[in-house]
Amino acid sequence: MTKKTNEKMGGNGWEPRIVAFLCNWCSYAGADLAGVSRIQYPPNVRVIRVPCSGRINPLFIVKALQTGADGVLVSGCHPGDCHYISGNLYARRKFALLKSLLEYVGIEPQRVHFSWVSAAEGPRFAEILGKVTDSVRSVGPASKMIKKFEEVA
Amino acid sequence: MKQVEETLRQEVAKLLEDGTIDVFVGHEAASLPLKTSPCFVRSPKEVDRLVWNRICTSNLATYLPQLFKRPVGLKGEWTPPKVGVVAKGCDSRSIVGLIKEKQIPRDRLFIIGIGCEGMIDRHSVGRALGVVGLADAKVDDKSVQVIGTDGREKRIDIADVLAASCRECQHREAVLSNLTIGETPSSAPEVSHYANVAEFESKSPQERWEHWVGELSRCIRCYACRQACPNCYCEECFAEETAPKWLGVTTDLSDVFVFHLGRAFHQAGRCVDCGACVAACPQGIDLRLLNQKINKDVEELFEAQVSLSLEEAEALSSFRMEDDQSFMTEP
Ligand code: SF4
Ligand code: SF4
Ligand code: SF4
Repeated sequence: MTKKTNEKMGGNGWEPRIVAFLCNWCSYAGADLAGVSRIQYPPNVRVIRVPCSGRINPLFIVKALQTGADGVLVSGCHPGDCHYISGNLYARRKFALLKSLLEYVGIEPQRVHFSWVSAAEGPRFAEILGKVTDSVRSVGPASKMIKKFEEVA
Repeated sequence: MKQVEETLRQEVAKLLEDGTIDVFVGHEAASLPLKTSPCFVRSPKEVDRLVWNRICTSNLATYLPQLFKRPVGLKGEWTPPKVGVVAKGCDSRSIVGLIKEKQIPRDRLFIIGIGCEGMIDRHSVGRALGVVGLADAKVDDKSVQVIGTDGREKRIDIADVLAASCRECQHREAVLSNLTIGETPSSAPEVSHYANVAEFESKSPQERWEHWVGELSRCIRCYACRQACPNCYCEECFAEETAPKWLGVTTDLSDVFVFHLGRAFHQAGRCVDCGACVAACPQGIDLRLLNQKINKDVEELFEAQVSLSLEEAEALSSFRMEDDQSFMTEP
């Protein structure tokens, strides 16, 4: 759904769309646990499973913002718990720089989130999603980076 | 300067004669005013092509990796050439970076370091003259005499038209070299480090966004900034990749943003602020304001310096357990 379709839905119908990149070994399993434990969390999230937070090319995040996501969440294993030992620690440096760069060019910081969630933290995963959804909702539908497909087709 | 140029030619002639190097990469006069081109000198007879002056702006490290690539289609044995190169402070740092990234072999390089007093920014000269087109220019050690395409003439003090990177440059001498010539540069940086970034950060998010919309709407996606940069040696750049396709061949501003965020991010922990990208941009876009933001963060968050020595690990290929995670929503 592009920004336009969002607008077509009118102010009231608008629900933020959040892309969540979750690492296979911890955060995805954490989300799974939240699910099987029947913990409610906002349905605004579209999960993309990646092998490791270190697999996340910062361009994935930029691209999600360009193609219609109102917000992005990236989550991996806690430092020290990475299945690949240190993927999350290399990733952390990239994420710190990207978050700062996006804010620098004027993208709302409320749209881009990072967290560590372990496979045992189902309730915490649900809690974080609530927080992230509220944060994205507070800045409204994304407009800055969105590609206007219609105009160039 | 003339003296240094003469010494450079003599040294290069010697190196080529005794077989220390097969080819020397330097600067030569170009057909456009206030420009030099990179040149490849292969025989002692050609050394007079080499120039050394205040417009040797290009970062010569950019031209090195290609010399060490095995020629396509060549059969049988191939030994990479022995390459000489002249390096300002910034070129030498890029060379250090390229060696660490295994794009060029240290043992086949002969680096001649020259202390640098800073290079002229052509865009500033045009602005000082009040015209965009320059018909002719003569540069000496301290000033530049320019004639605009409209016949306007002016003598400008080089100190007034120095490139922004050069004004702030902290490393004017080669950090890695086999030989140094010329004198130790006298001038110290005039402007405090990252003053431009700090000022920009203090603006409101909306002002920052509008600034980049204004700046990047002028971008014609010629990719000259990428071509000029020593770090952009990728055989296939993300800008041209088709699977996945990162950016469309459109005039949509979002595609321009994806290119610029991607390009700047790929310089994270690698950019030496040589200013070659800025000098190459036909649209006079201030790419430095983007590059320097990341450089500032790298320095502040990871206490890392870019390419000052062969031993130090690059910022993004290392980590510390206690790295900052205050940016995270839920660490
Ligand atoms: S990004 Fe620009 S300033 Fe940085 S190394 Fe590349 S050409 Fe030089
Ligand atoms: S912009 Fe990135 S992908 Fe393109 S050449 Fe430079 S480093 Fe490589
Ligand atoms: S050189 Fe300038 S106009 Fe060309 S792609 Fe880079 S920023 Fe855009």
